[in-house]
Amino acid sequence: MLISVFADQNLAGRIACITAPMSALVKLVGVSKRYADATALYSTNLSVERGKTTILIGPSGCGKSTLLRLIIRLIEPDSGSIEFNGESITSDTIGELRRRIGYVIQEGGLFPHLTARANVLLMARHIGKSEDEMQNRLVELCKLTRFSVNLLSRYPVELSGGQRQRVGLMRALMLSPQLLLLDEPLGALDPLVRAALQKDLKEIFVRLQQTALFVTHDLAEAIYFGDEIVLLKEGRVVQKGSITDLREKPADPFVSEFINAQRGVLLT
Amino acid sequence: MKVARLMLIGRDRRARRARPIVFLLLLLIPVAVVISASANPIVIGSKKFTESYVLGEIARRALNDTGIATEHRQGMGGTIILWQALQGGQIDAYPEYTGTIAQEILKNGQQLSFHEVRDALGKFGVGMTEPLGFNNTYALVMRRSEAQRLGIRTISDLRKHPELKVGLTHEFLDRQDGWQPLRGRYGLPQQSVIGIDHSLGYAALANGSIDLKDAYSTDAKIEENDLVVLEDDLRFFPKYEAVFLFRSSMSPGAISALGGLEGTLDEKRMIHLNVEAERTKNYTFAANLYFERGERSANSVGESFPHKLARWTLRHLELAGFSLLLSVVIGIPLGILASRGGLIGQGILGFASIVQTIPSLALLALLVPLPFFGISVRTAITALFLYGLLPIVRNTASGLQDIPRSLRESAVALGLSPFTRLWEIYLPMASRSILSGIKTSAVINIGTATLAALIGAGGLGEPILSGLNLNDHATILEGAVPAALLALLVQWIFDVLDRVLIPKGLRI
Repeated sequence: MLISVFADQNLAGRIACITAPMSALVKLVGVSKRYADATALYSTNLSVERGKTTILIGPSGCGKSTLLRLIIRLIEPDSGSIEFNGESITSDTIGELRRRIGYVIQEGGLFPHLTARANVLLMARHIGKSEDEMQNRLVELCKLTRFSVNLLSRYPVELSGGQRQRVGLMRALMLSPQLLLLDEPLGALDPLVRAALQKDLKEIFVRLQQTALFVTHDLAEAIYFGDEIVLLKEGRVVQKGSITDLREKPADPFVSEFINAQRGVLLT
Repeated sequence: MKVARLMLIGRDRRARRARPIVFLLLLLIPVAVVISASANPIVIGSKKFTESYVLGEIARRALNDTGIATEHRQGMGGTIILWQALQGGQIDAYPEYTGTIAQEILKNGQQLSFHEVRDALGKFGVGMTEPLGFNNTYALVMRRSEAQRLGIRTISDLRKHPELKVGLTHEFLDRQDGWQPLRGRYGLPQQSVIGIDHSLGYAALANGSIDLKDAYSTDAKIEENDLVVLEDDLRFFPKYEAVFLFRSSMSPGAISALGGLEGTLDEKRMIHLNVEAERTKNYTFAANLYFERGERSANSVGESFPHKLARWTLRHLELAGFSLLLSVVIGIPLGILASRGGLIGQGILGFASIVQTIPSLALLALLVPLPFFGISVRTAITALFLYGLLPIVRNTASGLQDIPRSLRESAVALGLSPFTRLWEIYLPMASRSILSGIKTSAVINIGTATLAALIGAGGLGEPILSGLNLNDHATILEGAVPAALLALLVQWIFDVLDRVLIPKGLRI
């Protein structure tokens, strides 16, 4: 009876979040992916906690992007199941689920024939949000991402790399997603712009209490953002935990090796 | 502030929605042109040589004078094309010769009497007038000087001169009463035999490129170029008395108007009309001479040039535009399918490429015998449509394939439906490539549409063909120059469309 009141899954999910703050928003059980010539991900279990930023890190080819792409179903898993909010994601339900997941990639993934505004509003318009609602949200997002309202009518080619990334972020946040997936979002930016965006992004995550799954290969970035760090190597999770856990209780010699290799970067 | 921003949003969206509509409206123009151009007059056809044009004009005028709306589709092609057009109802009547009817149409080896021929035609629903009064038989002709020098007077005399170069019309080369049986009957030894257009052949004969060619015995050129007709001493060529063939279902008024021409044209008069037609480059003028019984009247010179030019150009645009519309409507979906690759994709691109390799003339000729097509505007449009397909299919497919994978995935990850992804993201992103494919097709179509005149579909090819027929460069240019200008204009229009239709973000 009580359940039926929350027919809206979204709302039910939020309530669940309040009652069980540490429960997993996304849960992967035995998920694997094999391409024609190689295994990208061996059978993997993983959960993404609500309200936290989970970092996927590892050398290139370790399967971190594959994991992200499996969750938003750009690729189909060969085995295992992926649950979102307690329900299993299948190719039938993913269409609706994608609206509750924001996806940000390098360079922002903006469509070049649409203005920044049209890029951000694309999906909201598609599902028939009112102009007022969209307008308010747009102003809100500009403030949140420190993007000038005056630039909204520009096309992606007329924006800088950092501006494009902010627009990409606005587009991902437009429908207030429960989960934000970021695939090396800052990878293509120069160091100064990158630092500014890291700071802003972190603030946004905190302010929105955003559940995020963030792929990077940069340990400094991982430490800056990560509540939870998941280290992958050759398609397997090597260790999951806080950076302190990884430093002090490495589950595998590779963990220390990986951390030490990037120490030089950390000191500079 | 807020209102202003709202307006900006609104404008953004309107602009995006408006583009496809503008595009569709532009594409609809040729449809309107085609629909408005249909009427139902009697249609007279003619073959691709001067006498046939003149006879066609005479018939048109004779019917018009009795108040029957009539048009004349000039120079549609050879016997088989005209006969098929008559049977298919694309034309109602055309001038023909009894020998040709027996040999080519009825394919009867034995000599048939006039009445037997008429009965046989009746079975096809085709009627035949009495002879018009002259016999235009096939003949072999040479330069008079050359014939005298070699002592050639009859066809049999050719046996002694195997070195003579022979240039024959394509029709004569293949006819039942043409070159092969003629050579067999006379035992002719000539080895150098080429196929050449009838009027170009006269030019070739005059300048010595060839020594011998086939001719019609009433050809004006025989007299003009001082040629000699070789005597058919073995009586090989059957009689070629000029008549009109007509559909038996044609109105009695029209049939009796054609009947009025029976027995009114002797050989001398026909030669005179042919000479006048070639001299004035005006078939209507020559036909009018027939009605005026010799009194010349300067003001009887048919259609004015601007009027003709407008008619040709309009028809040309109709052919090229309508076929382009079809290529776009069918080519873009095919290109979308092809962009997905796989067997179907390869199949589509392969088919379009193969069609493109068929010479345009051959494509027309291949379509003509098919049931739905025949001698018609339909056939020309279909051939042009097939021709225009490849650039559009290929550019649509490559434009879509060139979209980076990351952007395709972004569209999927946003949750847009497959149709919205295609319509609002992928196609606009490929629009530049697609438009340039359409532009290529349009320019090709404008050029290729000149060939439509070969099957009587009109357009700017019409003056080019008759110019070729009359060996008159000015007339050729009357068609060629406007066609070239049209191609340039189309190119320019597409450059403008590129600025109007292509989303701004893709142009910066």
